Parts: sequence; C-alpha cells; structure tokens
Amino acid sequence: MAKVSMIGLKKVYPNTEKKKRGKNQKTEEKSNLKVTAEGVLAVQDFNLEIADKEFIVLVGPSGCGKSTTLRMVAGLEEITDGELYIDGKLVNDVEPKDRDIAMVFQNYALYPHMTVYDNMAFSLKLKHTPKDEIDRKVKEAAEILGISDLLGRKPKALSGGQRQRVAIGRAIVRQPKVFLMDEPLSNLDAKLRNQMRAEIIKLRHRVDTTFIYVTHDQTEAMTLGDRIVIMKDGEIMQIGTPQEVFQHPANLFVADFIGAPRMNIFDGELVKNAAGRYAVRLEQLEVELPEEKQERLKAKNVSPCKVLLGVRPDHLKLSDQGVSGTVDVSEMMGSAIHLHLSLAGKDCIIVVPTGDMTQSQITDFTPGTSLKVSFSGYNAHIFDPESGLNLEY
Amino acid sequence: MMKPKTKKKIKDRSAFIVKLLIGILFMLPIIIGLLFSFQTETDLVSYPLKFFTANPTLEHYISAFTTIPILHYLKNTLIVCVIAITAQIVFSSLCAYAFVFFDFKGKEFFWNVVLACMMIPGEVTIITNYVTIQNIGLVNTYPGLFITSMIGGTSIFMMRQYYKSLPKDFKDAATIDGCGELGFLFRVATPLSIPTISSLAIYLFVHIYNQFFWPLLVANDDKMRTIQVGISFLVTSDVTDYGRILAGAMVTILPSVLIYIFGQDYIIKGMTSGGVKG
Repeated sequence: MAKVSMIGLKKVYPNTEKKKRGKNQKTEEKSNLKVTAEGVLAVQDFNLEIADKEFIVLVGPSGCGKSTTLRMVAGLEEITDGELYIDGKLVNDVEPKDRDIAMVFQNYALYPHMTVYDNMAFSLKLKHTPKDEIDRKVKEAAEILGISDLLGRKPKALSGGQRQRVAIGRAIVRQPKVFLMDEPLSNLDAKLRNQMRAEIIKLRHRVDTTFIYVTHDQTEAMTLGDRIVIMKDGEIMQIGTPQEVFQHPANLFVADFIGAPRMNIFDGELVKNAAGRYAVRLEQLEVELPEEKQERLKAKNVSPCKVLLGVRPDHLKLSDQGVSGTVDVSEMMGSAIHLHLSLAGKDCIIVVPTGDMTQSQITDFTPGTSLKVSFSGYNAHIFDPESGLNLEY
Repeated sequence: MMKPKTKKKIKDRSAFIVKLLIGILFMLPIIIGLLFSFQTETDLVSYPLKFFTANPTLEHYISAFTTIPILHYLKNTLIVCVIAITAQIVFSSLCAYAFVFFDFKGKEFFWNVVLACMMIPGEVTIITNYVTIQNIGLVNTYPGLFITSMIGGTSIFMMRQYYKSLPKDFKDAATIDGCGELGFLFRVATPLSIPTISSLAIYLFVHIYNQFFWPLLVANDDKMRTIQVGISFLVTSDVTDYGRILAGAMVTILPSVLIYIFGQDYIIKGMTSGGVKG
C-alpha cells in the first residue's frame, strides 16, 4: 500500500548508431516514434499522482509508452529525467528488488524448470524468508487464486489461465506496496480474459494495495480502473475516471480510443441560433446544446466555427427528422444491431437495440435502406479541427 | 493412376533407403575395422579378403592391451576432457551471457573476434601455442594438454544463441524477484540451458577426445600421452600388425561413439537452439 508520484518522467533510448540527418532536421517522426537528437523519445513529461490503494490503468495503442512507464516504475528501465516516488521515497536509483513492488508479465515469465510452488516461493527464498513463513504465504496465495492443487506442477503442465494465476500468485506472496501488471490478459482467449478480468477485480479487493495496470484494451481499462491514463506517443492525453474519459473526452484521440464501437466523427459546425444559444449543425440538422455545455463554451468564449462533431454510436437514434443516411452493412449482435451507414459524407456506426423490435423490423435494415438519424445535444462532442482538442475544456 | 497414399508410402520408403545407404557408406570404415579386428592373422592376409570369419578371435585386443598402456592413456584423456569441458562450459557461459545481457563498448567488435576465431583452423595457431606452452614450462603436463581447449569460439557461439532465445521477461522477473546478474545466470539461465550445455559437452568431448596433433606435440613423455597419440604407437617400424592396430582403434573410438549415440538428441537440440522459435 503506497502512494506513487511520477513527476516529469522522461525516457529516451539513446541512438545506438549515428544517423545521417540534414542540418536543420532535429526531430524526425518514424511511425509513432519520436526520434530526436538525444535518441528515441519513449515517454515525456509524465506527471501522475497515484493515491494509496488506487487502481490506475495506463492505456493506449502499441508504442505509446505505457509499458515503458510501468517498467520505469518497476526499475527495469532507467529514468532519463524526472522523479519517481513510492511511498514518499525517491526511488529513481533504487534497485527493483528494493522498491517493494511486484510485477505480472504478459508472457507470465514463470521459470519453466521450477514447480508452481518454487516459482511462487522464489522471491521469498532470495530474501532468506524462513521456510515455514514461505510455506504459509505460498499456500495462502494459492488458496486465494484456487491453484492449491497445482503447486507441484511445472508451468508446461498448466493451461494459459492457470499460468496467469500462478504469475499473479507469485506477485501476491511478496505482499508488495505496488502491484504492477503489464498486459496480463493479452495472451488469453476472449472468454478466459473476461473471467480473469472479474478475478482481478475480486483480487484487488482482497489484496487491497496500489495497482498500476497496463493494457491496450479499452474495455479492460474501463472495467478495472479507478482512474485511466490514456497515452499517445509517450505523452498523457487525459487522466480521469472511466466515466469522465467516456463522457468528456479531452481530445479527438481519447474520444476515438475510448468506447466500442468507436465514436463517429463528422464535419459539423458550431453555430449560435436565433436565441443566441450555441447549437451544432450537421447538414440540415441543428441541435441546441444543453445548459452545461452552453456555460462551458461561453466561459471559453468560443466563437461559431467549423468543428469536428463526435457522437457515439449508441447516442445516434433513428428518427423521423434528422440527417439522411444509407445502410451499408447490418451486423446482428444479439441485443443490438450495428448499422454501418454512409452519413453526412462519412462512414459511421449506429447501435440500434433490438429489445422492442419485431423480427420484421430487425430484418428491415438491408443494405441500401435509407434512414434518418438524430442525436441529443447532451451527447454531442465538439472538437477543434486543427488541434483536435475538445472545445468545452 | 497411383493412389496418393501409395505414392506417399513409396516416397517415404525410397527416402529411407537412400538415407540408410548414406549411413552405411559413412559407417563402412568402422564396420570393416570392427569385423577385421576379430579375424585371425591368417584371415587378414588371405586373398580375397573376407568380411566375416569362421574363427573370430580376441587375440588382437589382448595384444593391443599388452603392447601399450591403453587404460593409462584413457585416464590421461579423460582428465584432459573433464577439465577442458568444464572450463569451456563455465567460460563460454559467462562470456556468452555478457554478449547477450550486457551493453559495453566494442561489443560488436569482440563478437566479430569470436566469430573470426571460429573460422581459423586450429593448425594455424598450433606452433605459436606450442612456443608459449614451452616457454611457461607446461610441456609434458596436464595443464599443457588442456589449456588450449579451455575456451572456444564454437562454445561461446552456442551458448550465446541459447541465451538470445531466452525470453527477456525471465530476466525482468528475476530482477524484480531479487536476482543479480550471477543469481540470474546460476539460478535461472543455467538450469534452463542444461540441454544446450549437455549437447555442448558431448560435442566438446568428441572434439577433445579425438585431438591428436596437439597432444603429440605437448606430451613427449609416455606417462602423459593421450589415447589418440598412444594408439599410434601400435604402429611400429619393424612390423605392421593390422589386427592389433584395428583392435586398438576400436577401443579408442568406443567412448566417443557411445557418447554420441546416447547424446545425439541433445546434440541436435543444441545445434538448432536459438535458430527455431519454440
């Protein structure tokens, strides 16, 4: 149990070979990596305060620096710049074993030549913990995770889910101040992943410590985290509770990354209507924004302009009046239909619940069908087309 | 039209016959040597030569054991083999570990040096090595016999390939668990590399056991001779006793052949480790 503070963390991987660069070319962009004169910039200006017993999820696409950040906390990567405090103690130069952390790896990293028991007891043995205490802790952890009958087995005799439990057990026995998890569910199939996700939530309540969890899966992030840190290109895009980042995305990247199916983005317009109130216009449809949005836009003194208008697929409703679109593809998902539409010059998705529909209504959505959709002002997100920032914040 | 199943059967059997013939071709000198070593002197000089004799005899084996101290030579060879193999495994593990897990200046250069050493035939360096050994007074000693076999490029290469194939997460997990570099090497990497080490040990045994030229130069004293050198003394200038020579040769190759037969799985695993993603 501990507070973790990251102040201006930065990680640069120095260039291993001299690269030929033009005189004025100080920074080059290669895919999503930032290569500077110092080297490859993996993480920069990372500031985060993690409260005691908080469950923080770092989420973002591949190469965004989330694992690097976690490895800096673990002590597996040297910190180029910035300060890292665990429980109020500066640990930049503290050895990983002395940071009182435990880590669960994506590939389990169980030692193949050791039994489950020995794998779990390994760190305690290295600390010269008395044998009976090791035995007690290993058996307790095995009990929590339901792997007591596997203690005598070698990792190769375990299934993926069992291996992941052992990997978690290995971390639990250490009773660490901070629990680090690097995409622990990525190697599991979808069903097992859902099951293990629920188990991690239960585990979190049982071990009651600080968790830092890395994933690229936004569903995991939303379901597990007290707060989510969304990263891109080594920088923090937004920090907030799952609800906050979903309802108030700070920028286009967050809006697009969080939520499944992803948010629809249209070329729209922010206007003031006859009553002098802010409204968004998408083709012929004009929707007045609610009071809270009016106030935020007024406070920022936003002038009417072209905007990128974001509406989540669940928030687009079939309506008699609205923007016209044509069905391209209809996907039956059971409780809802995902309709892929050509709408306002863009491809978009709309989620239509099937709860109150008759069979004939469900089968009505054949490709080529014309529909009209609308949305409420509460669910409209407006972004600056140039910076991609949410105009409300 | 031939059925695909029959076609496959014929193909498999043809492949087996071709492999068998190639195997026999390689084995033929040893098979002939073994058969002749049990023939009497009269059978060996008869014309035409017969592969199988009606009167097998052990006289050549008895003669070989009484003419030269084969068991003493074997003891010398085993001492050299054990020390050299142990040293080579320890040194090559440490060296390979550094090449894989450490970053240091000139890493590429030193690795190229190791690779270059693998390309240089042993005969090229044998004279300079002998002069060095002679100057430090190691001629006719066990250290003189094994010192040049204590490290080798091939061993470093094999161990490096193995360490490179170890998932990086093992090292990270061990670091968090509290292992230092040596702790990881001895508690995790080495136990995991036992198949590679075994194959390396077998390869080295066959290689060192069969050394001839170096022990011939370094061991002038009969007490220090190794089996390969010692066995050559069965060929005397006055008489060539083919039966005895063959019997001696059979005794000599027996240990390395046995080791190769029982350890071939490890050798194949070791040679291919790192090359194939498991």
